[in-house]
Amino acid sequence: MNETIVIPTLDVEAIKQDFPILQRKVHGRALHYLDNAATSQKPRAVLETLDTYYREYNANVHRGVHTLSEEATARYEGARAKIARFVNARSPKEIIYTRNATEAINLVAYAWGLANLRPGVRVVSTEMEHHSNIVPWQLVTQQAGAGLSYVPFDEDGRLQLDALDRALEDGRTKLVAFTAASNVLGTINPVKEIVARIHAAGALCLVDAAQAVPHLPVDVQDWDCDFCVFSGHKMMGPTGIGVLYGRRALLEEMPPFMGGGDMIREVRLTGSKWNELPWKFEAGTPAIAEAIGLGAAVDYLTALGMERLRAHEVELVTQAWERLGEIPNLKRLGPPPPERSGLVAFAVDSIHPHDLAAILDQEGIAIRAGHHCAAPIHEKLGIAASARASFYIYNTPEEIDLLVAGIYRAKDIFAI
Amino acid sequence: MDDFYRDEILEHYRHPHNKGRLEQPDITYEDHNPFCGDRIGIDLLIKDNRVADVRFWGQGCAISQASASMLTDEIKGMTLDEVKTLNKDDILDLLGIPIGPVRLKCALLSLKALKAGVWGMDKWPDEE
Repeated sequence: MNETIVIPTLDVEAIKQDFPILQRKVHGRALHYLDNAATSQKPRAVLETLDTYYREYNANVHRGVHTLSEEATARYEGARAKIARFVNARSPKEIIYTRNATEAINLVAYAWGLANLRPGVRVVSTEMEHHSNIVPWQLVTQQAGAGLSYVPFDEDGRLQLDALDRALEDGRTKLVAFTAASNVLGTINPVKEIVARIHAAGALCLVDAAQAVPHLPVDVQDWDCDFCVFSGHKMMGPTGIGVLYGRRALLEEMPPFMGGGDMIREVRLTGSKWNELPWKFEAGTPAIAEAIGLGAAVDYLTALGMERLRAHEVELVTQAWERLGEIPNLKRLGPPPPERSGLVAFAVDSIHPHDLAAILDQEGIAIRAGHHCAAPIHEKLGIAASARASFYIYNTPEEIDLLVAGIYRAKDIFAI
Repeated sequence: MDDFYRDEILEHYRHPHNKGRLEQPDITYEDHNPFCGDRIGIDLLIKDNRVADVRFWGQGCAISQASASMLTDEIKGMTLDEVKTLNKDDILDLLGIPIGPVRLKCALLSLKALKAGVWGMDKWPDEE
């Protein structure tokens, strides 16, 4: 039989059929899920992968010599290889499974940070980070007696790279932790250029790609980054599985993050030797089903094509940006498209984002309201909170019409 | 939708009662909800162990602001002992709409500030 190459056309209605949850009703209305930056929905392929693991080959990995364990191990490691290819890592050894992006940042902060930070040196983060890329650095720099400073963003929501250069000038900056795409401003940072500046100053970088890997083609070798983190659940995978990509030489030098089973080569009561990469950083029984499920999500995204997915999101976010801009007394946050990720955060005068989200929920429209785990951004912009609509491959222009109509309805209810 | 944000709540949100500050309060306490950034402070004037006057200030969603407005109406003239016995059900009765677990914190923020001021408590009223 001849092999046929199936090129999936970007038929959004067909894609929606792959996501069982999108068939459900909320308050008697069809669900319009616009909270993808918080977590994405899962295609049937991922759900079935989880189910099949538990039904057919549930076993621990790297331990048994029986058939089930061998099958589980092969698929667990196979998923790692898929993820490595997806972000173009040099080797699956550079892909460490974690619970999520947050744990991946904590892994680097503690394992690398405590070994390399001391009084007189500093870590640099930015003002547009998610709390997960701020708080671990606060904890670790405090413990190490090192400094911590932040690169500000300008009024368009873009990082002020001259401030980064100044922070790099004195040679005391050891690591810069910054986001590839802001979860509030929607800013897509020029990662490659930023990394080049950091490396020119002899520092390392950690890229928070939690909002990038699910939505943009990402190539860690092209970025030339040292560390890169992302979460499975935002890219159609299960919760409880995330990824740390690290340059192999750096990972080899780093001490382990957590101790336990699977991460050791040799244990004696007087001391132990660590396992090789990547298992050195994976103590205890891992999230096996979730890792394999993330592999299925990567297959699904690969089949869709990240360039095509991005193009769809640019179309949606451009339309959303324009339509929201027509609404009186509504302020959009961040830079205009197309140089932004597929989300728009906004604030409507006199309507608290919680009220707006609650009213939209009555219409089946799910958006995020609050500070989106990025309180410093809101403090800088002088607003307590914002509303956020974030898109994915299964969203449609009609859903933006419904969002806009819902905002007008909220304005009617609050009579403003 | 009408059931959801009934007119009385919207009316309290648009035109809150007892909003502002007292010049010389006997008790004053401010609290916030880190989840959404809502902030409510309460000033109390106490005479003969009763709430003689009350003001609240701050910002937040319709639920938090309306519940503060209704609560401050409710406690005028109450003894401090009576204020101490107020609980989440009293607030839910005042609001008269179903409140889900996430927004319960919005609804209870003013009561939390009030009780913290009167009682020195720092737990949410639904965690007693």
